[in-house]
Amino acid sequence: MRHSLAPRKRVFAMAGLMRLVGTAVALIALVTWLTLGDAAPIDPGLTAQAASAAAIERGAYLARAGNCRACHTVAGGAAFAGGVRIDTPFGAVVAPNITPDLRTGIGPWSAADFWRALHHGRGKNGRLLNPAFPYPSFTYVTREDSDALYAYLRSVPAVERPNDPSALRFPFNTQAALALWRALYFRPGELRPQPGQSTEWNRGRYLVLGLGHCSACHSERDALGGIHAEAEFAGGLMPDSKWYAPSLSSPGEAGVQAWPRNRVARLLKVGAADGATASGPMAEVVYASTQHLDDADLEAIASYLAWIPARDTERHDENQRASSDVMLRGGNVYSTHCAACHGKQGKGIDGIYPALAGNRAVTLARPNNLVQIIRHGGFAPTTAGNPRPFGMPPLGQVLDDDEIAAVSTFIRQSWGNSANPVTPLQVLHVR
Amino acid sequence: MGPLRCVRTVLASFFGHRYGGAVGAELAGGKSCSIALATLLTLASPAAVHAFAPQDATAQTAMDTMAQRMQACALCHGKEGRATRAGYFPRIAGKPAGYLFNQLKNFQEGRRSNQTMNQFLLTMSDDYLHEIADYFAALDLPYPPAASSGLDAAQQGLAQSLALHGAPERKIPACVTCHGSQLAGRLPATPGLLSLPAFYLSGQLGAWRTNTRKAKAPDCMADIAKRLEPEEIDALAHWLSSQSLPAGTQPERASTQLLPLACGSAGR
Repeated sequence: MRHSLAPRKRVFAMAGLMRLVGTAVALIALVTWLTLGDAAPIDPGLTAQAASAAAIERGAYLARAGNCRACHTVAGGAAFAGGVRIDTPFGAVVAPNITPDLRTGIGPWSAADFWRALHHGRGKNGRLLNPAFPYPSFTYVTREDSDALYAYLRSVPAVERPNDPSALRFPFNTQAALALWRALYFRPGELRPQPGQSTEWNRGRYLVLGLGHCSACHSERDALGGIHAEAEFAGGLMPDSKWYAPSLSSPGEAGVQAWPRNRVARLLKVGAADGATASGPMAEVVYASTQHLDDADLEAIASYLAWIPARDTERHDENQRASSDVMLRGGNVYSTHCAACHGKQGKGIDGIYPALAGNRAVTLARPNNLVQIIRHGGFAPTTAGNPRPFGMPPLGQVLDDDEIAAVSTFIRQSWGNSANPVTPLQVLHVR
Repeated sequence: MGPLRCVRTVLASFFGHRYGGAVGAELAGGKSCSIALATLLTLASPAAVHAFAPQDATAQTAMDTMAQRMQACALCHGKEGRATRAGYFPRIAGKPAGYLFNQLKNFQEGRRSNQTMNQFLLTMSDDYLHEIADYFAALDLPYPPAASSGLDAAQQGLAQSLALHGAPERKIPACVTCHGSQLAGRLPATPGLLSLPAFYLSGQLGAWRTNTRKAKAPDCMADIAKRLEPEEIDALAHWLSSQSLPAGTQPERASTQLLPLACGSAGR
């Protein structure tokens, strides 16, 4: 009887098989339940009737507040026709066409479909969307605002542009993976006004946590790209790891707990305020989004940002001192390439070149932004309040990684600044 | 905080940047020391503060110019935007404003790719781009003297013939037809071609051939570049690069004649 097992062994094998099948069935059931769990029917709301001009205008404003174009419009491309590629640690996601085109856009979508995308993170047929579309934030957008956004997006020219496929790796490209991710990190939500807080604070909270989706960048993500409550606003690397979005809960980074309220509003409106300058991805946010917000909304945002509880965990006194050799080389590079504008003492020139002494942007624990600015230079964004900005040359053209590391270190440990040295290896990794 | 650390802190505050970082941190830790330090700083600082304020205001006024704003460009494009033919970066001084504006838009909207240029322009308004283009266009600065092209007689003849006569049988117009009889450019938006780096010129023609440089459609230069042979591009690049122009040469006035090819980029 070589092809059959002894009866005792057969029982064990059967039990093992049953357990395996059971686990598989349970997993499939779990994923199915997670996938269908929140797919409840949705109030159809606006149907085909023409939206009012006021709703469209309001929607246009909200689209600015949410900076929809940042991902849904490529440079030089048709507005909202999609195509921006977002590199994430799980592969690239390409933002889709959201013009009213019937074939390639969201032409066939109803207002309810649109709301479901924002609130539940699901596409037209209930398909789970990738959270690179920040629905963990957009879930807080009210139905009324969602309908206004929908009305506005119906009013933009329909553009036929087929969506490029995303290039996510297995298993991140599966619905099952998204179902599990959502079970771990996402619940559809609603922000009820907090009675103990002012109307302004509540409005600010709605904009910051909802459409503004500030936490999408300014939070630390875990290995699966999720944000834990305690990591919200704790600062995080951008998905492509080039820039670091500094913490909004740390006064040593980008926290504004101690700032005068109007300085925050000015920074978001003008792009530069009293020595603070929006650069890198934040310059793009100011240019495309916040400079267009009205003063009341900016004040509201400032009010909420100032309220975020401060959690400064940095230990400044534990920084390593750079060697005198590195400081000497860094100082030489500084005299040759930086001092003419930023001053020998790092004081800058008020309103023109930012001071580096006491500037939190140069002492962040992660040196990405300093290295980016030194290497690539750039201009502050043009805004109504700063229509002709001054610029910084792309010193990466003349400095090698070693020199960039030395001058970064020099800036981080001079004039009272105190932050860890920057190594050439770190500079190499920041591209 | 021990007396030794206090002394070190106080000394550090006087002996410059190398120990500067420790001052703030140690100040927070030691009260007696911070009083001593504060006293010293108070003694030392008023002169500095007073000297700084008026100086800063003067510097601010003196720096409120377009030239100062454009310092960021000088690293590559040369002081006053007149990079020489050595290296890779093109001279921009004296090019027609329409041409410069079109290029700024091309970089901003991804029709030309250079990481630095793309990044610089991402957050700039059209108003400012016009001002930048007008600023560099108005700079009337001499060109470097002619140099040796390093070409042999046959290559030189080939380049000159293409530049002055074109190759009508292959629908390649002469460069001078559009870029001006002196190849110094033509208003409103056709660039001068002389004394630019040879690497830059061949790089641009190559980019047109591979569709990595685009202009507003119809993209006439893409058509021309694709009709040229690689050795013709090489000869042209070196010949154009080696030429000079007399001081004060301006781009030609706009032509009323029909261009040999439809060009989306020739108008502002």
